[in-house]
Amino acid sequence: MITFNYLDLLHLVMPEVIVVIAALCVLSVDLIFLRGAGTRLRISVGAMLSLAGCAAAIVWILRAAQFASVLDGMLVVNPLAQRMQIAVLVLTILTILIFIGSTFTEHISEYLALILLATVSMMFLVTTQNLLVIFLSLELLSLSLYILTAFNKSSARSAEAALKYFLFGGISAAFLLFGFSLLYGLSNSTNLSSVAGSIQRPFLDPLLIVAIVMTMVGLGFKVAAVPFHFWAPDVYQGAPAPSAALIASASKVASFFILYQVMVIGLADAEGSSAWRGYVSGWVPLAAIVASVSMVLGNLVAILQTSVRRLLAYSAVAHAGYMLLGILSHTGQSLSALLYYSITYALTVLGAFGVVALVEGETGGDRLSDFAGLSRRAPLPSLCMLIFLLSLAGIPPLAGFFGKFYLFTTVMTSTPGTLGLLWLVILAVAMSAVSLYYYLKVLKFIYVTDPPTGAAPIRVSILKQVVLGLIALSVVLLGCAPNLLLRWL
Amino acid sequence: MRAPWQLADPNDPGNLTMLAWTIYISFLAVPVLLLLPKTSSRAARVFALLAAAAGFAVTLWGFAQQQSGALVTVARIPWVPSLGFEYHLAADGVSMTLLLLTGIVAISGVLFSWNIEHRTREFFAFYLALIGGVYGVFLSFDLLLLFVFYEIAIIPKYFLIAIWGSTRREYAAMKLALYSFVGSAMVLVGLIAAYVVAGTRTMDLVQLSQFPFPAHFQMWAFPLVFLGFGILAGLWPFHTWAPTGHVAAPTAASMLLAGVVMKLGAYGCLRVAMTLFPRGLDAWGFHVLGFGSWRDVFAVLALIGIVYGAMVALVQRDFKFVIGYSSVSHMGFVLLGLMTLQQVGLDGAVLQMFSHGVLAGLLFAVVGRMVYDRTHTRDLSELERMDLSKALPFAAVTFVLAGMASVGLPGFSGFVAELQVLIGTWRAFPSFAIVAGLGIVIGIAYTWRAMQKAFFGAPSHSASAPTAPLPPISLAERIGAVILLCASVIIGLYPQLLLRVIGPALHSPLFDGLWKGSGR
Repeated sequence: MITFNYLDLLHLVMPEVIVVIAALCVLSVDLIFLRGAGTRLRISVGAMLSLAGCAAAIVWILRAAQFASVLDGMLVVNPLAQRMQIAVLVLTILTILIFIGSTFTEHISEYLALILLATVSMMFLVTTQNLLVIFLSLELLSLSLYILTAFNKSSARSAEAALKYFLFGGISAAFLLFGFSLLYGLSNSTNLSSVAGSIQRPFLDPLLIVAIVMTMVGLGFKVAAVPFHFWAPDVYQGAPAPSAALIASASKVASFFILYQVMVIGLADAEGSSAWRGYVSGWVPLAAIVASVSMVLGNLVAILQTSVRRLLAYSAVAHAGYMLLGILSHTGQSLSALLYYSITYALTVLGAFGVVALVEGETGGDRLSDFAGLSRRAPLPSLCMLIFLLSLAGIPPLAGFFGKFYLFTTVMTSTPGTLGLLWLVILAVAMSAVSLYYYLKVLKFIYVTDPPTGAAPIRVSILKQVVLGLIALSVVLLGCAPNLLLRWL
Repeated sequence: MRAPWQLADPNDPGNLTMLAWTIYISFLAVPVLLLLPKTSSRAARVFALLAAAAGFAVTLWGFAQQQSGALVTVARIPWVPSLGFEYHLAADGVSMTLLLLTGIVAISGVLFSWNIEHRTREFFAFYLALIGGVYGVFLSFDLLLLFVFYEIAIIPKYFLIAIWGSTRREYAAMKLALYSFVGSAMVLVGLIAAYVVAGTRTMDLVQLSQFPFPAHFQMWAFPLVFLGFGILAGLWPFHTWAPTGHVAAPTAASMLLAGVVMKLGAYGCLRVAMTLFPRGLDAWGFHVLGFGSWRDVFAVLALIGIVYGAMVALVQRDFKFVIGYSSVSHMGFVLLGLMTLQQVGLDGAVLQMFSHGVLAGLLFAVVGRMVYDRTHTRDLSELERMDLSKALPFAAVTFVLAGMASVGLPGFSGFVAELQVLIGTWRAFPSFAIVAGLGIVIGIAYTWRAMQKAFFGAPSHSASAPTAPLPPISLAERIGAVILLCASVIIGLYPQLLLRVIGPALHSPLFDGLWKGSGR
């Protein structure tokens, strides 16, 4: 029997506990004290409480770096995991800030509480190396996100998106569970490192191949990689903007982190190789195929989109492809490259959704024509959108460029002595050249096209301007001085 | 940190840290411009002029300081230490020449945009962002930094053309942006590959140029990077963005595009492709269709560009397209000069970059600002009936001088530059020199034709004469034209001014690999 102190455990999961308490506080304060109050007040109080909870959790984490691995890898706390928690919390804070001022729902406390619960699940997700807890956290995350997607009850799109998300999500969870159960069956363990230890064979077990494919399907769904991306465009388009922002940012970061853990730690020695003329079967070639298809399809289909949210969805598919490159190169440096990329990407896309929400509030839609002449109507948000979209396209000196550069360099260095993965890098660079076209198309509407006649300047609240400005500034700063973030990863 | 050969230099060129301010001034001016009051376009103009003038003053000062042409460090601090990237600015004779060119074209570009009234602040903000990127490219000696500045220059071009342009502006702007981006994507692959293959965790140009890359690697990396930069230099058959882009762009943007941005491409070919991968120029050891090396291939493409650009310019009806295609032709000389691998040819190529930058800027200013903004047509057959030499004598004189200078009249910069390229070509590929000479002859023909049609066409009958008198040439335009013409004449009369710094720069250790292999 393993014996351990529950007080120690509580100490280790204190940040999560703080966030849960914040969620409960938000719910109870809103339901007990603010029943008759106006929406504005309820949003302000709820948001303040949630922000305070997240901030308190961050402060708690920053207080001391901890090392612990308890209960067979169910809870693995180390500085890297703690930084991932901070990243998730910061992204949540920004999401909540974008939510302030929204009018799509009356159920403010429930919405905020669900966001916080999703955050808790992501925090657990990044501090575990156990198949069981990974699955449980993913389920908690998915369930919160399904509801967050459906939250705009007046919009049929929102309901449709949530249903699609739920159906695809349910099936993919089944795949994931199947894959995990096979891994457990093969290794008699749910701890990732012991799984890796017991699946070592001179050649791949057919069952292991099935397990790899199933796991890839389940996690590929979370990160919206082709061919498991079908939910993404609908959810990005139908969900309320803050929900879509959370799905596109924090949830992506956490999912990629866990995908890396499962593949690189759990399936070590079953990597194989996808080098040009050096194919060895394993999970790397599978990831390489998924990555290249995602990059190609995501970028090409994004060209055809006329809705900015759908465009962001397909660009997310393409970016998932780039990030998979970071996973399949699996060297010490690739995790740092992957995390830099995913965190800066999350920031950027969060900001982009902030601007989209703003435009939707004013023009009632997210079609390209709704953005016409935005630079004349709202100069600062337009400038921010310029920075976000160019960063997504990978234009220096923005964070997106350095992320791509670092990632591609890492991929190339992962096969020392040969340029085996050059083909993937060439594909990725070529595809990011394609992507400039559709990002510029959006910017053309914002900066070049004249605003519709009689369109008045858009009034943007000071808070929104500050939030968007800060995100844009951080995208520029992280691009000019990547070391600010790199030394933490 | 100073490299040993700099200490050995007898006339130590001193401290050039000021040069970095060309970049900072241009970029800092952007937010300031955007914060200026919306109503006053005059304030934006004056401020932009001040910023451009300050940049020009710094380059002049730097040029006066930099007498040896050797590589001088301007700034060097770690940027991303874990990956070995540095913020490394430096200047040698080649960069100095092009910095000076940028300063000249930037200031005259502002003078020729004095009549921009539509979204003035934004216009100059994009304009100065572009200038800042260009200064950055010419000063960067860390490859990643160079690439960063190179890409920064792409986006402002798009907006300058798409917002303030004319004929098919959105199409032309997108075409230009995508061509540039595809080119830079090729460069990026080459740079990452070089970084990884060298494995020394550095992007420093000087260190990487000393690294012996395997010959087979250079054989594919060289054409990749050269072509990537070559697209922006107007290398045939990837030049098609250039005429459409030049024609659609507003005057100042055409001046920058032809004057400076195309030089970015040529500079990249010389500074990156030929410095890092000189073995890529060696013979393949077999022949395909008569080509025995990448050098042959690119020399032939450059030659085709010279003749093709000139012939197409000869049959254009749009005045601006004439100048647009002539740019392709003149840039062909730069690329041909690079491929000669002769001292005199390379000297000529760099000099031609300067010369063409100044003259193309001037020609576009005459066509776009002096003529088009007044007559609202660029159709040569319509201009023919307007008798512009009477209506706009200053424009006519300027165009005649600029045209003569660009076809190589002795006394102007075009002559010394193209002559040196031709001499180099004669030594390297004798038969090519004859064809290139043919290009010059066609150049005289199209310049003559454009000049005659646009300015000296006899008015057919008085009825079609312009009813209202055209506004006179403004002071700003006169100053701008005089600056550009003076630059061309000074270099034409005393080319040593530039050659003195270009020559030693081409013999710095950076180019060791290039010369060692060229005992051809």
